[in-house]
Amino acid sequence: MRKSIFISIALLGTIMGKAQTPEERGLQIAKAAEEADLGFGSSIVELKMTLKNKNGQTSERFLVTRTLELTEDGDKSLIVFGSPKDVKGTATLTFTHKVGSDDQWLYLPSIKRVKRISSNNKSGPFVGSEFAYEDLSSQEVEKYTYKFLETKGSLLLVEQDPVDPKSGYTRRIVSYNKDKGYRIEKVEFYDRKNALLKTLTYTDYKLYKNKFWRAGTFTMVNHQSNKETLLKFSDYNFEADLSEDDFSQVALQRAGN
Amino acid sequence: MNTIKIGVLVALFTTHLGWAQEKDAPKKVDHDLEFEIEGEYRFFYDDAQFNGQKDHYPSIAFRPEYSLDWNKGYESINFTGFIRLDRDDERTHGDIRELYYQKAKNNWELSVGLKKVFWGVIESNHLVDIVNQTDAVETFDGEEKLGQPMVQFSLITNKLGTFDFFYLPFHRKRTFAGSEGRLRFGTVIDRDDLGYESGAEEWRQDLAVRWKHYFGSVDIALSHFYGNGREPLFVFDPLGNINAFYPVINQTGLELQITHDAFLWKLESIYRHADAQDFFALAAGVEYTFSNIDGNGLDIGILGEYLYDERDELALNALQNDVFFGSRIAFNDTQDTSVLIGGITDLKSSSTIFSLEASRRFGSTWTAEVEARIFSNIDDTELILSNFRDDSFLRISISKFF
Repeated sequence: MRKSIFISIALLGTIMGKAQTPEERGLQIAKAAEEADLGFGSSIVELKMTLKNKNGQTSERFLVTRTLELTEDGDKSLIVFGSPKDVKGTATLTFTHKVGSDDQWLYLPSIKRVKRISSNNKSGPFVGSEFAYEDLSSQEVEKYTYKFLETKGSLLLVEQDPVDPKSGYTRRIVSYNKDKGYRIEKVEFYDRKNALLKTLTYTDYKLYKNKFWRAGTFTMVNHQSNKETLLKFSDYNFEADLSEDDFSQVALQRAGN
Repeated sequence: MNTIKIGVLVALFTTHLGWAQEKDAPKKVDHDLEFEIEGEYRFFYDDAQFNGQKDHYPSIAFRPEYSLDWNKGYESINFTGFIRLDRDDERTHGDIRELYYQKAKNNWELSVGLKKVFWGVIESNHLVDIVNQTDAVETFDGEEKLGQPMVQFSLITNKLGTFDFFYLPFHRKRTFAGSEGRLRFGTVIDRDDLGYESGAEEWRQDLAVRWKHYFGSVDIALSHFYGNGREPLFVFDPLGNINAFYPVINQTGLELQITHDAFLWKLESIYRHADAQDFFALAAGVEYTFSNIDGNGLDIGILGEYLYDERDELALNALQNDVFFGSRIAFNDTQDTSVLIGGITDLKSSSTIFSLEASRRFGSTWTAEVEARIFSNIDDTELILSNFRDDSFLRISISKFF
């Protein structure tokens, strides 16, 4: 009896393994990662961004990011700058969409203006950093096509090709950790000429609510310019219980004041 | 003087509310104090047209900011002050830009005190923006505003958009350059000489409402204002005497923006009715940004706007049938270097105003700005602009933030 179960599981495994193409496996992993992170609701986190040029000179920015999880469509996020002081209060509100371009508003505190901006500029740098806008936007499964590459210990390497032709990348190679809730350990970015452009490493992971992995440090290294950007996160607050009301244009202005 | 009185009143009111709240509010109260000192130098390179005007204007300005929030940020008191010292006595002035108490809960937000709000989508002119009075001595572009006493109630609905209701109990008069100042008329306008159509004068109780919503790529807003106009009305009698006053107006405004790929299509329009004057004005334009051109973050935006004002040469901003063209260059570097160059030209005459604005940060607490406005071939028949034809200037300012 026990034997037959083993056999059928083994058989099932072989069948599934055979039937699954690398594309299907890649998509399956991306979905598993998304699923593992479902149900966080909302979060608030403070972060320090350190920009390092090739001579090692640094400059810093402080930001606060609020995120609201939505399942039918992409997440909503609100980012507020705390420093440098001349741009303090500058804030962006983004409604991510699974399909099509995102909706984005910018708040300029000096003239109290809310301006709808184009989300067309995906490949441009975010505030002079090595992070492009697309690196920081909500990672929806629908935004890439997938191909499973290989297994390295507990890491699953998946190639992701951006669906949007305006992306600055031909592909990204993402390393998922299958033993840690499919959290991402590393992303390698290949530019439009398919040359290695950047590597993003996630470290200082912490498990929140026994379910959600959040990295405390993001390190983005640009191999072509030798510049580097470091993101250091404070503890995540998952208890704020934010709602859609905290992601309106009125809330955007309030956050920037 | 009135500013100070209102300030004190608001301060008392807000402090009281603050105390009342703190007893039962969640323990965490955040304070934030900031201070900016700005050194400015304006140089007018053409000889002055009117007596008393200077060529060199060194100036210094202070901008303290203080905010206090509690109840997870849903309640706050915000203060922004402003003081400038200048060679022109009228440009030497101070103001409480903002001092208000704010409370937000679920889908509504309430603000009480002196506050600044902005309405509009167009870059070269702000037709719809009417809540705050323009601090006209501060900048040529009119984007600096005086603090407006108000009660603002915002209601946010998912399906129907956002509704803003304003109760505006007091009118602020526009600032004008003094006899030593540039960018003025031949006759010096004394702010206090300008009267009101309304018998209640500055204490006329004004109202405004605005609805704003978005549908996919379309952002739309409709607004209506009923009260003391922010722009004084100049009436010329047959003997050439000027009678200037603030009329009671009804103004309906439309703002529309369509954001499609890297295009921003914009439209702003107003219809203003007063007993002495009815008119329609419109501004329409497009902004297109070529982003990350060099793979290093360089963005070059191009802007084109058409400005129409039925008042013709009586339009106080002199933008009656003009075209604005410009380019915004952003380097997206660590210093946030950006440049805006442009020009506004009259479609009927040769009058053109060229402008350049550039800014950059140095270190983490210093910024520098360069601004130039060049009045070129100003037609003598331009009722307003002809006064400024020798007022081309270069402005350099350096700010330190604490």
